[in-house]
Amino acid sequence: LLQAKYKERGTVLAEDQLAQMSKQLDMFKTNLEEFASKHKQEIRKNPEFRVQFQDMCATIGVDPLASGKGFWAEMLGVGDFYYELGVQIIEVCLALKHRNGGLITLEELHQQVLKGRGKFAQDVSQDDLLRAIKKLKVLGNGFGIIPVGGTYLIQSVPAELNMDHTVVLQLAEKKGFVTVSEIKSSLKWETERAKQVLEHLLKEGMAWLDTQAVGEPQYWLPALFTELYSQEITPEEAKEAIP
Amino acid sequence: SAKIVVHLHPASSNKEPGPFQSSKYSYIKLSFKEHGQIEFYRRLSEEITQRRWESMPTGPTIQVNKDSQAGRIRAVGIVGIERKLEEKRKETDKNISEAFEDLSKLMEKAKEMVELSKSIANKIKEKQGDITEDETIRFKSYLLSMGIANPVTRETYGSGTHYHMQLAKQLAGILQTPLEEQGGIMSLTEVYCLVNRARGLELLSPEDLVNACKTLESLKLPLRLRVFDSGVMVIELQSHNEEEMVASALETVSEKGSLTADEFAKLVGMSVLLAKERLLLAEKMGHLCRDDSVEGLRFYPNLFLTQS
Repeated sequence: LLQAKYKERGTVLAEDQLAQMSKQLDMFKTNLEEFASKHKQEIRKNPEFRVQFQDMCATIGVDPLASGKGFWAEMLGVGDFYYELGVQIIEVCLALKHRNGGLITLEELHQQVLKGRGKFAQDVSQDDLLRAIKKLKVLGNGFGIIPVGGTYLIQSVPAELNMDHTVVLQLAEKKGFVTVSEIKSSLKWETERAKQVLEHLLKEGMAWLDTQAVGEPQYWLPALFTELYSQEITPEEAKEAIP
Repeated sequence: SAKIVVHLHPASSNKEPGPFQSSKYSYIKLSFKEHGQIEFYRRLSEEITQRRWESMPTGPTIQVNKDSQAGRIRAVGIVGIERKLEEKRKETDKNISEAFEDLSKLMEKAKEMVELSKSIANKIKEKQGDITEDETIRFKSYLLSMGIANPVTRETYGSGTHYHMQLAKQLAGILQTPLEEQGGIMSLTEVYCLVNRARGLELLSPEDLVNACKTLESLKLPLRLRVFDSGVMVIELQSHNEEEMVASALETVSEKGSLTADEFAKLVGMSVLLAKERLLLAEKMGHLCRDDSVEGLRFYPNLFLTQS
């Protein structure tokens, strides 16, 4: 009898709490509406504020982008901003996939997305892109973010890239290409391991092989071409290079 | 277009003359016709703070026509930019700090909601069956509104809410025709783009889409969600039978001798992603063999099976 009584109490408590949550939810919604009326523009216009907002949400365990139906998305308008950005990111990655095998630098992605958005759209920061990409992963499309040399490579194909592949990508980032010897001396790997990783990247179309390089074959990453291009080749040189 | 206004203050008197003798303006405006202002502003602020130019060797000095006229030489100086940027930043900061304060207060309240939801979730877990299904659904919809991950299953509120079920029904309506046009199968990524482009406003989050699709079968709708071994997710018409498509894929590959995913995709008019999945499935079923080389992944009919 005593046990039954305790059990009953437990159920009532949970129901009580559910009712309490319902009330608090309504209150919270009002608070959020007030906040939105004062600061919605700030979030829209100020990318740093957006970052702070996102970080604070993460700290307390709230994901403002989880659902378009959530309060945050509805009232602050953050949802549409990021979900639309997601569509634009997907489009750019698909368009360039045949060139770079599904790997692209964050910088190039940023530039291409801005171009696509046009003059009258709201500006986006790289942080915005990263957050949008993190949300896209759940669609099972292989989207991933790989840190390389202070920036990021964005993967957009469901190719398996493990730690070995990532570390070779990071090594290649400096010059845009890498050789078997460089891998062996920097990472202290055996030839076989280095070759396997490079072959995998070749097969995925993320690396191109230059067998005519002086010394030994070089494995180039087309994803990094644009970066090098704008850094080292002047417009005049570029014109000369085209036959 | 967006503009960054950089205010300059008069140069110090020992400043060397520059390209212009004077200007009636004490500021410059940078106009961003095609965006980029956020990143530019960030880097400009960084450079102003770091002042790397002060430790760099100076370039060749510009010869200025010393045909001195009346009127002061108002050589503009970088040194004044910093002060004005700082002032502008302080003013923006004031607005930000008020917004930030309000944000912090809001987050405090949100945090209370998170704690409460954890407590409720624990009770639900311990007393499976004592909470009605209706109440569980209510709870999940609260979590959805707040963006709180389901503390028990760790997935964001799973697919149990009315919203997702409604959404699933909508999707079944919207996707019927596109699916028929695309051979009965589309990747979830394609669906995400298609649906959101059509909506224009009140877009779906990726998670909304996935969670809605998870309910398709249980709602007996004419579409279903399928996950391939590779992790690729697709929506198929119920009437679509991928295994049957494999048989026709085998015919196509046999006709051509061998095909890569790219070639097959072009022939059949499919996306490369789905073409690859079909060939992989055919391989899994034993109909095709692979030749995996640096020149690409090529599929051949499995002669070991048919000719042994």
